[in-house]
Amino acid sequence: MNIALIAIIAVGGLGAILGVIIGIIAKAFAVEVDERIEGVEDRLPGANCGGCGYAGCSDFAKGVVAEKAVPGECPVCSADDVRSIAEYLGIVAEEKEKMVAVVRCSGDCANTVRSLYNGVRDCRSAVLVAGGAKGCDYGCLGFGSCADACPFGAIEIRDGLAVVHADLCVGCENCVAACPKDLIIMTPAAVDVHVYCNSPEKGAAKRQVCKTACIACRKCVKASGEEDYMLVDGFLIRTNYENPPPPDLVEASACPTSALRLGTKHAAGAYEGASK
Amino acid sequence: MSETQSTIQMPDPTRLVVSNSPHIRDNQSINKIMFTVVLAMLPACLAGIWFFGFAALKVLLLCTVSCVVIEEGWNKLMKRASTWKDGSAILTGILLGMNLNAGVPWWVCVLGGVLAIILGKQLFGGLGYNPFNPALVARVGLLIGLPEIMTTWNATRGADVVTSATPLGMAVGDTSLGNLLSGNVGGCLGETSAIALLIGGAILLFFKLIKWQVPVAFIGSVFVITGIAYWINPAEYHSPVFHVLSGGLLLGAFFMATDMVTSPMTKKGSLIFGLGCGIMTSAIRLWGSYPEGVSFSILFMNALTPLIDRSTISKPFGYTAPIKGESK
Amino acid sequence: MSEKPRKFKGGVHPNDSKALSKSSPIQDAPLLETYKVIMHQNIGAPPELVVKKGDAVKKGDLLAKAGGFVSVPLHAPTSGTVKAIDKCPGPTGMAVPSIEITADGEDEWGATFEPITDWKNCDPAVLKQRVWDAGIVGMGGAGFPAHVKLSPPEGKVIDTLILNGAECEPYLTADHRIMLEQAEDVVLGAAIIARILGLETAVIGVEENKPDAISQLTEIAGKYNVTVQALPVNYPQGAEKQLIYAITGREVPIGKLPMDVNCVVQNVASAVAIAEAVVKGRPSIDRITTVTGKPVVNPGNWRFRLGTPIEKALELVGGVNTQPAKLLLGGPMMGIAQSSLGVTIMKNTSGILLVAADEVSLYTSEPCIRCGRCVEVCPMSILPATISQAVENKRFDWAEELNVMACIECGSCSYVCPSHRPLNQHFKRGKIEIQAQLRKKK
Repeated sequence: MNIALIAIIAVGGLGAILGVIIGIIAKAFAVEVDERIEGVEDRLPGANCGGCGYAGCSDFAKGVVAEKAVPGECPVCSADDVRSIAEYLGIVAEEKEKMVAVVRCSGDCANTVRSLYNGVRDCRSAVLVAGGAKGCDYGCLGFGSCADACPFGAIEIRDGLAVVHADLCVGCENCVAACPKDLIIMTPAAVDVHVYCNSPEKGAAKRQVCKTACIACRKCVKASGEEDYMLVDGFLIRTNYENPPPPDLVEASACPTSALRLGTKHAAGAYEGASK
Repeated sequence: MSETQSTIQMPDPTRLVVSNSPHIRDNQSINKIMFTVVLAMLPACLAGIWFFGFAALKVLLLCTVSCVVIEEGWNKLMKRASTWKDGSAILTGILLGMNLNAGVPWWVCVLGGVLAIILGKQLFGGLGYNPFNPALVARVGLLIGLPEIMTTWNATRGADVVTSATPLGMAVGDTSLGNLLSGNVGGCLGETSAIALLIGGAILLFFKLIKWQVPVAFIGSVFVITGIAYWINPAEYHSPVFHVLSGGLLLGAFFMATDMVTSPMTKKGSLIFGLGCGIMTSAIRLWGSYPEGVSFSILFMNALTPLIDRSTISKPFGYTAPIKGESK
Repeated sequence: MSEKPRKFKGGVHPNDSKALSKSSPIQDAPLLETYKVIMHQNIGAPPELVVKKGDAVKKGDLLAKAGGFVSVPLHAPTSGTVKAIDKCPGPTGMAVPSIEITADGEDEWGATFEPITDWKNCDPAVLKQRVWDAGIVGMGGAGFPAHVKLSPPEGKVIDTLILNGAECEPYLTADHRIMLEQAEDVVLGAAIIARILGLETAVIGVEENKPDAISQLTEIAGKYNVTVQALPVNYPQGAEKQLIYAITGREVPIGKLPMDVNCVVQNVASAVAIAEAVVKGRPSIDRITTVTGKPVVNPGNWRFRLGTPIEKALELVGGVNTQPAKLLLGGPMMGIAQSSLGVTIMKNTSGILLVAADEVSLYTSEPCIRCGRCVEVCPMSILPATISQAVENKRFDWAEELNVMACIECGSCSYVCPSHRPLNQHFKRGKIEIQAQLRKKK
């Protein structure tokens, strides 16, 4: 009984003393934290993708509260999320357009001539050996450096070609820097018509190495009529994202190599090789 | 010219492989290394079978088969490619068998295989990623978990008792030098014959599969430290020659401490590694409660390997300050 | 330099396979109908085009002029017309700009340079200008402009000139044949380079497996106060840093040039080109290239004009017996794998090598078993196994800490790796990423 009492007193006393000390220290060395930082962080996605340029969501929240950044800079937040943060902080939310990545190549294994490559399965390493051993010097290598860089699993490597799933893509832009061929661009999510080719070579040279290259036949330009939906850039046609074409342009222009595609159908794997 | 052109066979460019240089290599491969090590272990295995009889062969086979089966089973389970052909599981199995005594029941071999392959290797990611020697993980696991089975030694042929102690556990001066060299003493089935182990070590050194620094530093430091102890008090301690030839020292120094995956890559690091093993072993043998310390010391040094590797990085060529002025 | 050459640490001893072509004398390749001369044949800035489509050119006429100090001019390999300025497959697998010339069959020399026969009394600056004008690059493989190496910056003293005749790459015998058949020119070239650098002597380093070349050179070397140094056979003996160490005992610091230890190294083929440019006034329009490999019908050493497609070169040697696994420009240790027969011969193409399927090295993804063989053979004493893991995990900072930048990409580590890991490719990647980061910081 006596021993138990001593033990209880000793432990209890120790606990009380330490508690008081901790309390004093916590008061004396308290760091002023703006509680709004936590509030903003709660409303951020918490993916820590770094797409905003800050070292993770917590850092971004600090930036937003310090008014160095605006909530809209978070590429992952939906418009609702941005609005909710803005309301919380009592600032005006800027309207932002959701952007998604597009890999401007449609040359999968069935469509492009490849040499046998043997080595590190990584685009940025493969490109050091014979330019990546793909028939087209400008095409997707298909070793998935972009897919590795994507924190959201939005990029699929299908038959040697990187395909972005627009519904999963949040627009963090991590993949853009990962591609050694600079194939990935950010486009407004509302636009569904893209040219899946990025080779500036002449049409004939492109046809030799790839069945689905843009050969600059300008059918799509003609189908646009008066509108400048499509831009001619040397031997390559590009979508004009300033004045985006309506989805039915794809049908109307009947692209002979199917380089001009609907992004949604492309992601779903609806294009099996060239149409002709 | 056009005539000859049609008969000339030209390479087909579509079948040419592109890869980074170099484009040739010597003919060494993982399974070649593993099977050479197995070859080097054969003399000691044969000696074990000679002295402990059919039971030793049974233990060796059982361990090897269970290691291979467990490895393949794990690969199937984890949906990985089959790896038994690289020979590492076979090597682990034989090493494990050599580290058991000939009289263990069959389930000890299988349990050892599970410990070695799954706990010792696959949980870390398979060959190349294991920090500890798998066979030793199993041995130490069994030694701690089943001390009675693991320290009951089968007698060798011609001995009249069913069980005998390992010479290290006996009183000073009980075992003859000749028996130690040939292996006619009690102990694990692979560790008793010094001559067979030395032949195996010579094979490994000849094929440059181990760095000489490890066994030399290991055995050398045990010899020196136990020598000092013997010199101070010959009545209580065994002689250094006895220490070197008995127990698992030679087996450990040549076959287990030198395991590539778990020992340092640099020469300087190997020397430190061997020294550390030797000092630990001597300390456990002279003052510890276990009669044998080779496995513990190797496992301990395995844990230090990354640290040793990191601190023994040699200076690259041209790291020194530039030479100025005229030539010497 | 009679003292024994120093042995560098590490190195490997691949089967040299030089017997295939080492006894075949240099032959002149017949004139072709078209040549596709690749524009950018040197390290540094590409040259600037001075001809246009339809122009008539004579052999040796200027096609493109140097596009900066670290750049060399390009000359026509034969007389004819410029058919097109187009693209052709380049050695790195990407299409590169090239000048297509249709030969007129006359093979007539245009206005070449004035021969400088009295080079011993000529102003070194004039000689150096000639080396530049003749478009000479390091012909051992790197393609570094020769005149840049001969122009040490203010304050750098050069006291040793080394000619690289090691030819440590297996299979290649072009330099060997040059040293045998053009020994006079090699020594003369050495003397001219020495004169440009203000030196009295020069050393020619030759691996011991070429005793005939050593004795041939030694016989005449004394004439110009040049010495011949036999070197132990150990790949990569011909790597610049290892060669300098073997002959002078100096270690070139990481990231520095031979100049920083007062040395200049030139390839023997470059020395011959320099000798020809000075005493004959001949620009660099052809080179000796070994066409070899087990699948090749008649391996040999040929004098090819720049712009000769590999396909034509292979026709000359009778094609192949079996389908090769790889087609390389250069030797098997450092050469570049090709996937097209349309690549043309450049100033630094020391060999065209076909590797048979049974000797080819293919990479696998087996894990590193930390055997330490790579550490043992690395001539730069770095830790290839650890660095490759750092790069694999994209830890470029760690790779830099482990001195990946010291790697000379000799391939010795990949050669001995029992796990067949693509170590060399990892280093290349690591070096490029680190350089890119450095550029970003600036």
